[in-house]
Amino acid sequence: MNLQNIFNDIENVDPEVYDRLDSRRNAMKRFSFIGKTLALAAIPSALGSMLKKAYGQSTGNILDVLNFALKLEYLEAEFYTRGVAASGLIPAGTPAVGALTTIRDHENAHVNFLRTAITAAGGMPIARPNFDFTAGGGSQNGPLGNLTFTNYGVFLAVAQAFEDTGVRAYKGQAGNLMSNDDVLTAALQIHSVEARHAAHIRYMRRAHMSVGAGQVKPWITRNVSHVTSGVAAVDNLVQMVYNGEEVTTQATVNIASNSNLNADRASEAFDEPLTLQQVTAIVTPFFAP
Amino acid sequence: MSMDPQSAAKTGQASSSPLESMMHRRKFLLFTGTAAATAALIGVSCKKDDDDNNNTTPAVNLGTGDVGILNYAYALEQLEAAFYIKVMQAPYGGITAAESEYLADIRDHEIAHRDFFKAALGSNAIQNLEVNFDSIDFTSRASVLGTAKAFEDLGVSAYNGAGRLLQSSDFLTLAGKIVSVEARHAALIRDLLQNGSFADLPSLQPLGAVPANGLDAARTPTQVLEIAKNYLRTPLNASNLPS
Repeated sequence: MNLQNIFNDIENVDPEVYDRLDSRRNAMKRFSFIGKTLALAAIPSALGSMLKKAYGQSTGNILDVLNFALKLEYLEAEFYTRGVAASGLIPAGTPAVGALTTIRDHENAHVNFLRTAITAAGGMPIARPNFDFTAGGGSQNGPLGNLTFTNYGVFLAVAQAFEDTGVRAYKGQAGNLMSNDDVLTAALQIHSVEARHAAHIRYMRRAHMSVGAGQVKPWITRNVSHVTSGVAAVDNLVQMVYNGEEVTTQATVNIASNSNLNADRASEAFDEPLTLQQVTAIVTPFFAP
Repeated sequence: MSMDPQSAAKTGQASSSPLESMMHRRKFLLFTGTAAATAALIGVSCKKDDDDNNNTTPAVNLGTGDVGILNYAYALEQLEAAFYIKVMQAPYGGITAAESEYLADIRDHEIAHRDFFKAALGSNAIQNLEVNFDSIDFTSRASVLGTAKAFEDLGVSAYNGAGRLLQSSDFLTLAGKIVSVEARHAALIRDLLQNGSFADLPSLQPLGAVPANGLDAARTPTQVLEIAKNYLRTPLNASNLPS
């Protein structure tokens, strides 16, 4: 195995490979070390972990990702904690009370788990932020006004937006966690719990026909939000959660024609990721400085 | 059964598949070169069994590396799709309009997943698997939804557990796009059986869930296939998958 040839090959395919790594010199240094100290048989796995580093972690590092996730979990935990505690919001004596309590408990568990994981990795978990559930970015006078915790339909619509955002946010960060298998697996385990929450909130919305819920299903159909509040600022914000979900092509395969399905089914079959920037744009109005 | 051995395995050549073009061709070969080589050996060694008359079906080799993991997912999606197709061909008595709509949607999603993997894997794809649904009473709502719940929770645990085995971040994101839809299915099926059980993590502990941390199921391919094999007549050989 000629390492120089391998590096040349990679360079031909991806001229920016050394930008993804520290530098060509450092990459070579890693391998000269390996060559001296490890058997030849170990090189493929070392090369694999180097490629994982180059192509798996395009932005940020694991601690940044975990703190980003923690911020979202703080938001969800606070939202459900206040919602479950708000008198007269959730119809008493209905299964909704138990369901929303379950979700609240999961979000609090995620906060605690992420704080522990960040500390264990040598990082500093961010402090609990301040919130603005009027979606006013700290003005406490945003387009949702006081409806979030007084109007059940609005509460469920916000819950759906938060859960679907959470699903898309974790999905978008998975690639940045590949260098740590245990962290990646835990993030995937949170990701699918958020998807279960999202499905149930949607199930609840359909039963309650709340705020434009219509025939909302547990899965996302094209980029339809199924939230029509009549307030443009609210509807536009919620729409950002669903933009991009309408795609029907995956890895160059046209899902609709490949299986003879319509665009609704083809889009529902795959959830789409959001970038950190897209998620930040969605949730920023809910945080206060 | 149709025995359509891995044609890529026979030729030993990487195919021009969508997954390949998704990454750069050269990068793809870097990841899958050993998979194709290993599969070639297995393909040759299996050929002599193709036309035998005994009852032992040769095991289908899932392969190695990322291709092996994608074939593993393809196998599970074949199982799910076959199940929901059969469910909707003759729905259980008393099925509601809403249940019928939900189950037809889920069937279509699983078909989309199955066909996607087949197209994406190209000539690296495993053959069509023969399923075994003898244990399922398709006339019974409890049997059908109980099986659906088992399949969906198993699927979630499979994708969650396999993420760490993938080398390509593109494939990881693709798996992520599918697993959350499987989790939505799982939640809905559970709610149909018992409203509010959508994320009953204690019940998912046998599949690796950690309720105290709010973590869903996650199992290794070996653990998943130990359960899935009860519904498959075609044996699978997962021994070459990464671990």
